Amino acid sequence: MSGTILALENVTVRFGGLAAVEAVSFHVEPQTVHGLIGPNGAGKTTAFNLISGLGHQSDGHIRFDGERIDDWPSWRRAQRGLGRTFQNIRMFGEMTALENVLAGMHAHVGGGLGAALLRLQSFRAAERAAILKAREILAFVGLADPSARAGNLPYGDQRRLEIARALASDPKLMLLDEPAAGMNPSETSGLIELLLRLKARGVTLLLVEHDMHFIMHLCDRITVLNFGRKIAEGTPLEVRSDPKVIEAYLGTKVAERLEAGARVR
Amino acid sequence: MPAFLDDFLFSYQSLIYSLGINGLLALSMYVVLAIGQLSLGQAAFMGLGAYTSALLTLKVGAPFPIVLLAAMAVPALAALIIGAPTLRLSGVYLALATIGLGEVLRIAFVNSELTGGALGLSGIPEKAGYTIIFGSLALALIAFVLVSRSRIGRAMEAMREDEVAAGMLGVDLPRYRISALVVSAMLAGLAGAFNAHVSSFISPNDYGFDAAVTILSFALLGGIGSPFGPVVGVVILTLLPEVLRPLHDFRLVFNGLIIVIAVLFMPHGLLPWRIGRTGARA
Repeated sequence: MSGTILALENVTVRFGGLAAVEAVSFHVEPQTVHGLIGPNGAGKTTAFNLISGLGHQSDGHIRFDGERIDDWPSWRRAQRGLGRTFQNIRMFGEMTALENVLAGMHAHVGGGLGAALLRLQSFRAAERAAILKAREILAFVGLADPSARAGNLPYGDQRRLEIARALASDPKLMLLDEPAAGMNPSETSGLIELLLRLKARGVTLLLVEHDMHFIMHLCDRITVLNFGRKIAEGTPLEVRSDPKVIEAYLGTKVAERLEAGARVR
Repeated sequence: MPAFLDDFLFSYQSLIYSLGINGLLALSMYVVLAIGQLSLGQAAFMGLGAYTSALLTLKVGAPFPIVLLAAMAVPALAALIIGAPTLRLSGVYLALATIGLGEVLRIAFVNSELTGGALGLSGIPEKAGYTIIFGSLALALIAFVLVSRSRIGRAMEAMREDEVAAGMLGVDLPRYRISALVVSAMLAGLAGAFNAHVSSFISPNDYGFDAAVTILSFALLGGIGSPFGPVVGVVILTLLPEVLRPLHDFRLVFNGLIIVIAVLFMPHGLLPWRIGRTGARA
């Protein structure tokens, strides 16, 4: 497990008496796409928040890139290479697309207060390099106009821009929270195509998604949560035929009928 | 200098001083608003600067540059003390704590022998002038423009728009919050020192809650899309009472009305222009 980029070990979070996530363990291998699925209320977004430092677990440990990050605030995790997007897009709407991506480079672009005030040669060179790189990233995700105001972009483009912004921080692991939510079928297939290109680039992805076609198409491994507990894990094929998963999604009766049907066949 | 200009500067001297001093105060408000925080302690920081500087000049006879440095250092220290516990939290805690700071200081000034009690301090020599006041304002404006067009400016705007998302990009939120508050306190303290050294007289009531709200309205009226917005707000709000003088008793009513209309119909302020955030052309 030395190559593991992210490992959750018996992670539990309780809100009052309710355990939103209970004793969940799983790990993500580098350069893979890992899916986190489950019915509504299964604890997927809560797990994402624990991993990205927007909430803290009551019990258990999280390791990222070999280090225990339990007490780290979100910006420290981000500085060490954890990027994420949000279920409800969190765009810097007043800024241009280019500035959004540049903001994503915050942890890498040089230039302290002194350098910015004195406008040193090195400061301007670093800014120029950052702008060129930001343009490349925008082109990579398929956004044509770097000077467009982010808040004015259509929904699908805002999703792309949010991915571009997270990508700009050059993350070792990128968390995508329901990237296809609210997209029409053509936008979704465009997104799948983009994420496949990300995967080909070697970016490690952990994604929460409801669109099963999307998940089955992209993921190397899938972890299934239900009522805060892990109920299954494996390749898309294994997970799809797991009776516990079918039961969680479709209910006991349907699961029994499907199983009966399988036996008859 | 032509004679008419000389006359003009002489007759309107205190008004022109106010423009420069209020400009510094508006910028001190801008730094905090620019990262999405709200402070109502600008008047208190200004008062700390004014009293620190006046006491150093009157009682110690310190040279003016030292006086100015101290007038920035003391409010900066107060900002650190009040910022450390409140800035770890997001939301209105800073606003509440700074209102508290203002009241505590005002009462301390009123009740202390050293600060002359409710009568304040008088006989402060007029050591500040056009050059240093407007020079400081110009330097502060240039510094803000340069910082805006850098990664620091981008992080600040990102924080104002969405703090959670900014944090997820690696922006060290507490550090930015405390730095903004300290810079803000230093600017307000400097403005306070200028105020004390042009008006020759200061009293606790100059730095109360009214003043804090006036400083906030400079920035709200002008807009915070760029550092120039708050300065535009200052020009309007400082000159308006003079322009409206013929209205006599109705002056303040119209003053208030104009602010309300501007805020309602121009949510981005009188100067909605937004400063770019890139540090080079490429």
